[in-house]
Parts: sequence; structure tokens; C-alpha cells
Amino acid sequence: MKIVSLCGLLGYGYSEESLNKAFSEKVDYVGVDAGSTDPGPYYLGSGKSFTDRGAVKRDLSLAMPKALEQKAPFIIGTAGGAGSKKHTDWLVDIVKEIAKEQNLSFKLGIIYSDVDKTYVMEKLKAGKIVPMSETFPLSEEAIEESETIVSQVGIAPILSLLEQKADIIVAGRACDTAIYAAPCIYEGYDPGLSFHMAKIMECGAMCAEPVAAADVMQGYMEKDYFELRPANPTRKCSAERAAAHTMYEQTNPYMIYEPDGAIDLKNSKFEQIDERTVRITGAVFNEAAEKTLKLEGVKKVGYRTICIGGIYDPLTIAHFDYIEKTVKDFVKNNTNIKSDDYMLSFRTYGGSESSLGVLIDAVGKTQEIADTICSLARSRILHCDYDGRKSSAGNMAFPFSPSDIHVGEVYEFSVFHLAKVDSLSETAVIKIEEVGK
Amino acid sequence: MKLIDLAKILRSKNAGPLFITFDIMFDDAEKMKKALSGLSKEKIAKAYNTDIENISIIVYEVVNSIKVTFPRKYISGSIYDDDVYGCQQHMPLANIEI
Repeated sequence: MKIVSLCGLLGYGYSEESLNKAFSEKVDYVGVDAGSTDPGPYYLGSGKSFTDRGAVKRDLSLAMPKALEQKAPFIIGTAGGAGSKKHTDWLVDIVKEIAKEQNLSFKLGIIYSDVDKTYVMEKLKAGKIVPMSETFPLSEEAIEESETIVSQVGIAPILSLLEQKADIIVAGRACDTAIYAAPCIYEGYDPGLSFHMAKIMECGAMCAEPVAAADVMQGYMEKDYFELRPANPTRKCSAERAAAHTMYEQTNPYMIYEPDGAIDLKNSKFEQIDERTVRITGAVFNEAAEKTLKLEGVKKVGYRTICIGGIYDPLTIAHFDYIEKTVKDFVKNNTNIKSDDYMLSFRTYGGSESSLGVLIDAVGKTQEIADTICSLARSRILHCDYDGRKSSAGNMAFPFSPSDIHVGEVYEFSVFHLAKVDSLSETAVIKIEEVGK
Repeated sequence: MKLIDLAKILRSKNAGPLFITFDIMFDDAEKMKKALSGLSKEKIAKAYNTDIENISIIVYEVVNSIKVTFPRKYISGSIYDDDVYGCQQHMPLANIEI
């Protein structure tokens, strides 16, 4: 069975030539990961995507007709970058726009994976929340404060949509591996190998040489092994690179933890078959006695205004610690804004004798508060006196007018925990509809 | 000798928003063993001002690598965090004397 991974992240691009190459032989399934928590909590909170709409549309518009033509189900995971309902609808809208433009018709499966606060609260009260780290326990308050909470669904809802013969599946927040493991398991292949292949393929040609998250990877699943070969003939897959990629962004290179269970990679073998192909064996799937889903939630903590400046006077740089303290005290004593309602920090970059980059970072309960704090700090830095000062016209160079920039809403992760579940489908809401008919 | 002088690849990255993970890869098993003998949780805890009990060191022999993981000081994207992806946190580890 042949499965194609378009690229490491939908909207990061891939070569059209590689896609054509991949589709020059029979393709059974196509997948692409469309999101990540790497860009931080803002996107889940704001409902916006960190990927660009135009770039996402381009990546989809080339692959959709090819997948449909070959009747290869096309699975897209973590829609819109963060996978909430808003993000999923955003991606579905793009898919439908392409369908209209290219006159395509297909069965569209949609998976929503949002959970409401009541669900999480009940899990917490029932003792069914497991922290990912002891440093980050879950409180009722954190749940209450959360703006959006999603669950990372596994293969279960995807399997259900494959059974219903969906041609294109757009999933909300989903495990990266579920995109590629679900079709393999659906076709009856070994779950250990399926998850292992999925773990490597979800990053596109990231395990190839030359390395590229933005290119097409091909996976060939067999009964006792799987093989990986990049679609682009100028790239090759090496045993070493594939093995190394297994540990990427994982805490433990010998174990992959999934909602369904753990994949033990201690006996994995990576064998070079030809110059561009690696054969991988040995992964063992151990079903979890207790199934869990990971929950991700964010809360709004305020609004941010920043100002960027540079200092080129060694004497000013030498006195920067003094200036920072003076300015912070000044801001505190010269405003009626309560100190609990804002956070002011100076982030410094470079810091050689001859230049220091300064980022004034003000986060306030409201945008107005952030503006006031940033503005006070900026004007006070500019004219702050210090011992032996000669450059008394100004302490900092501002590259822009206006100097102060609205960054807008600031979110923080409030929930990043496992929930013990009765069914791995209990958070998923599945929808299926005909498009273009 | 510093750890970076022995390593072929030395990188940091988020392992989810709560953890930071470091991959240290070596040309051969010999270099890896040498690095391992000079590396300790104590040194890492000191370099990152973190609790020693939270540090995990896993040897990944298949590709002559060592993986170090511990909780982030600030969760990714939180107010005081200065590296959302966590990909520029490797230098204190790189500079550890072994």
C-alpha cells in the first residue's frame, strides 16, 4: 500500500514535480498535517491560523484533484493550525472553494474535536486528569479561565470516516500520527509499524537528505515492514536519518505514546534497501489498558504593546541595569494603573560593548493599559539620566515612527493534560457531506 | 573540552509546550561514550538552573545520540518566555565542559 505525505505542514509548500512523481504510480492514501502547538498559544485562542490562507490553498489545490482522480482518500489533520472548530471551518471553506473552482465533487468528512469546560471539569472532579508534567497541574480555575479547549483525537474518528467512504477528511486537533496510521490500520496493517511510519512521515521529507519539511514523502506499507522513499529524485532517505527522525520532538526515542497505546521501538531496525530507500521493521504496539486523550486549552492573559530600540553608546549600555530599574520604578510611581494589572519587561539582544538591542514589552489587562505602560517606559528610557552621561539628548535609537506596536491579545496555555476516556471517540463530532453534487 | 566540540548535531526544540528536549548526535559510539562520561544531570541542572530530579537523559544508541529533556522554565508562549519554539536553548548545554 502506498501513502503519500505532501509535506511537513500544509501551507509550507512542496514541489509540484515531486507531487507528480508521487502520483505517477498508484497512490492509496494522501495525508498532510496542517497544525502544531509550536507557534504557541495565541492561535488556538484567537481562532486564527499561523499558516497563510493563500499558501494553504495552493498546497491543497494541487493535491485534491490528484487524490480524487486516483480515489485515494485525503486526510488533513489539525486543520487551520490549531484545530478548533473555527480553524476547522476555515480549512473546510478553502476545500470547498477549490472544489467549486475546479468543479470537483466528493464526500467530505469533518471531525470537530473541541471540548467544553464542563467536560474537562467533570474529568477533573472524577480524578481522570493526568498531568503531562508535575510542574503543570490542572486547577478548576484554569479550566474556568480557558477560552478554547480542544482534544487531540487519535485514529478512531478517522477510521469511522474511512468506513463511511469519505474522500477528503478534514480533522480538527488530531495526533500527527493519526493522519497516516489510521489508513494503514484501516487496511489491516500492523499497528506498531503503522504508527512508526506515521511518526516519521508526518514531517514530510524532513527525514530525507537534503532535509526538507517542504517536500513530498512516500511510504510503502507491507505486512512485516514499511519503506520510505522521498518523491523528489534529488533527495534520498538514509537509515541513519530515518532513525534520527524517530526521536525528533519526542521525550523518549524508544517509545511513542498514542491515545490507543504505546509503540515500543527498542527492536526497530533501519535498513538501507537502495540509495534512496529505507526499510524499517520491529515496532511493537502495546494497547493501553486505560485510554487517554490529550487536551489543549488556552486562556487570555492580556494585551501586548512593544517598542523596539537600539543603544550604541557604551556608557549607556554599561548603565543599562540602572536604567532598567529606574524606568520600572518610575512607571510604577507615575501611573494610577495597579501593578497587578500590567507586566513590564525589557528584553535585551546582542549586548556587546557597542550595541544593545532593547525590546520594551508591556502586557496589560487592556490594550489601553499596555499602551500607557509602553509609552511611559519608552519616554523614560529615552531621557533617563545616569552617572557621567554625555549623550543627554536621548538614550535609545528608534528605527520606526510610530515607535510603539500593538501585538494584541496575549494567551497562555491553561490546559495541557491527559484525560482518561471511556471511548476514544467521545470528544469527536463527525460530519459527512457531499460537496459539488 | 566542551560538549559542542564532540557533537555532530546539538539542537534544542519543544517537546510539546511544557518540555524542552535536546538531541546531541555524534559521529561514532566512541565520541558518544566520551561525552556521556563527562555529562551529568548535575552539570545540566546547573547550566539551566533547573531541578535535577526533572532531568531525563536517554541514550539512543541506534544513531549514537543522547537525548536530554526537562520541563521548560516558562511554558511556551507564556508572558516571560523568550523562545516560543524552544530552538535556541542549546548553548548552555553546548558549553558544558566534559
